[in-house]
Amino acid sequence: MSTATPTAAATRGLVEITKVRKSFGTTEVLKGVSLTVEPGGVAVIVGPSGSGKSTLLRTINHLEKVDGGFISIDGELVGYEVRGERLLELREKEILKQRTGIGMVFQNFNLFPHLTALENVAEAPVVALGRSKEDARRRSLELLDRVGLKDRAGAYPRQLSGGQQQRVAIARALALDPKILLFDEPTSALDPELVNEVLDVIRELTTSGTTLIIVTHEMGFARDVADIVVFMDEGQIVEQGSPEHIFTNPQEPRTRSFLSKVLEPAFNI
Amino acid sequence: MATDYSAYRVVAAKHPWRWVGTAVVALGVLAVAWSLATNPRWEWGVVAQWFTAQSVINGLLETLKLTAISGILGFVLGFVLALMRLSASPLLVSVSWTFSWIFRSTPLLVQMLLWYNLGYLYEKISLGLPFTDVRFFEVQTTTLISQFAAAVLGLTLNQAAYSAEIIRGGILSVDQGQLEAAAALGIPAWRRSTRIILPQAMRAILPTAFNEIIGLVKGTSIVYVLAYSELFYTVQVIYNRTQQVLPLLLVATLWYVVITSVLSVFQYYIERHYSKGAVRNLPLTPLQKARKFFATHSVATQARNVR
Repeated sequence: MSTATPTAAATRGLVEITKVRKSFGTTEVLKGVSLTVEPGGVAVIVGPSGSGKSTLLRTINHLEKVDGGFISIDGELVGYEVRGERLLELREKEILKQRTGIGMVFQNFNLFPHLTALENVAEAPVVALGRSKEDARRRSLELLDRVGLKDRAGAYPRQLSGGQQQRVAIARALALDPKILLFDEPTSALDPELVNEVLDVIRELTTSGTTLIIVTHEMGFARDVADIVVFMDEGQIVEQGSPEHIFTNPQEPRTRSFLSKVLEPAFNI
Repeated sequence: MATDYSAYRVVAAKHPWRWVGTAVVALGVLAVAWSLATNPRWEWGVVAQWFTAQSVINGLLETLKLTAISGILGFVLGFVLALMRLSASPLLVSVSWTFSWIFRSTPLLVQMLLWYNLGYLYEKISLGLPFTDVRFFEVQTTTLISQFAAAVLGLTLNQAAYSAEIIRGGILSVDQGQLEAAAALGIPAWRRSTRIILPQAMRAILPTAFNEIIGLVKGTSIVYVLAYSELFYTVQVIYNRTQQVLPLLLVATLWYVVITSVLSVFQYYIERHYSKGAVRNLPLTPLQKARKFFATHSVATQARNVR
């Protein structure tokens, strides 16, 4: 009940987070977080700013190294190798290889501004997966088509709107055929009228069999697409469950107080 | 109902003071040009006579050679030093810092003389096992360090210290999110630097780097202390013989102006290349601007624009 159920017959992309701790200086931002997301499941993480949502997301692809606990994907530890009774820290090269199975979409898009939309998408498949340039190009055009931007393939990011940039960024993350996609507040930097075009693309991915972990403030969207909603506060998971459970019948006072602030009348209509 | 102004003629605003300013500046420029042309002490005939003389051209080529070699080696070494400075290894960081500290805090003139007189400090340079008498190879320092070698060594090391800071500054100016995105995509470290970070850093690096190279062109004149016959030393030798000091300094100056002008053109186009994606639309090149100007100001187009 507390884990996400797969929406498609996915066999890969199981994420298991176990008692993860992380501090920045003297501030502990993750205080022993455990979470399981089933293959092909959609987990949406919500919570106030500074609750550790983004940090948790960034530990999954090892952009942040954890101070305690561990994370595994399909049973394989992230960032470490088990040798006997010891955990050996992986070298940069092996970490990069692990990351190719995990796509990430950032709040500020982080597209490479000096490369065209097509070059942005086609870069990683060539250098990280060793695909041929022609192959990567063809596949990248397909992906741009899928996010509705095939005709802007030659445009530089600054020539695109925020929503278009984020859609290119999603295509870029998809280019590595990841088992897991991480979304770090993908619509927070967008003008309100551009939010939906990005959410529509993400919504389409929820049935693709890829595991999605989404940090967002879009409560309506969370309710709509999530298999499991996770509420975090002060570096801990306060409550998790199905959207119905979290949004209509939250058990914890902290969840209730947060939701009462973010679920404005729009949701009561 | 509002008046319809569409049939009215538009009269451009007048700027009388702009015309007055233009006239004053034009007069000033004319006065300077007049004095340059008519004052016989500039000895333009002598300038013309020496400008393309074989010895001057040889000196010019030496200057270009020194600039090119120490410029390229300096920036390559500077790039390595910048990466060391930004690395996670405390040893590499301190070595790089110390290098820049030493070479930026000693006068170039002193460095030059030190390299040239290295033979006084170390008579022989050898390769062997440290702390033993085993030597694989040994040469006299004075044969190894020629004037040319001392000049290149001095200019390169000095240049590297400055360019390291310029390149480091450029790299720091690139948003951290770019590195993160590249790392998240599994792009290897070297490729991250050369394909993602450096092209973006170039925008910050180029203006200062060209400053440095243009400085280096004229900075090479300091090797006259080694009696190395580059452009400046050559004209000195000539005017010491002919006593035509000012015209010959003018010869050297004009050549420096020519080199700097050519470099400035290069700078414009290289900067334009690296501004791809950073600006929404690339600015027109001077050639394109000229074409546009003539296209819109030609009689035919004007006739077409008249209603």
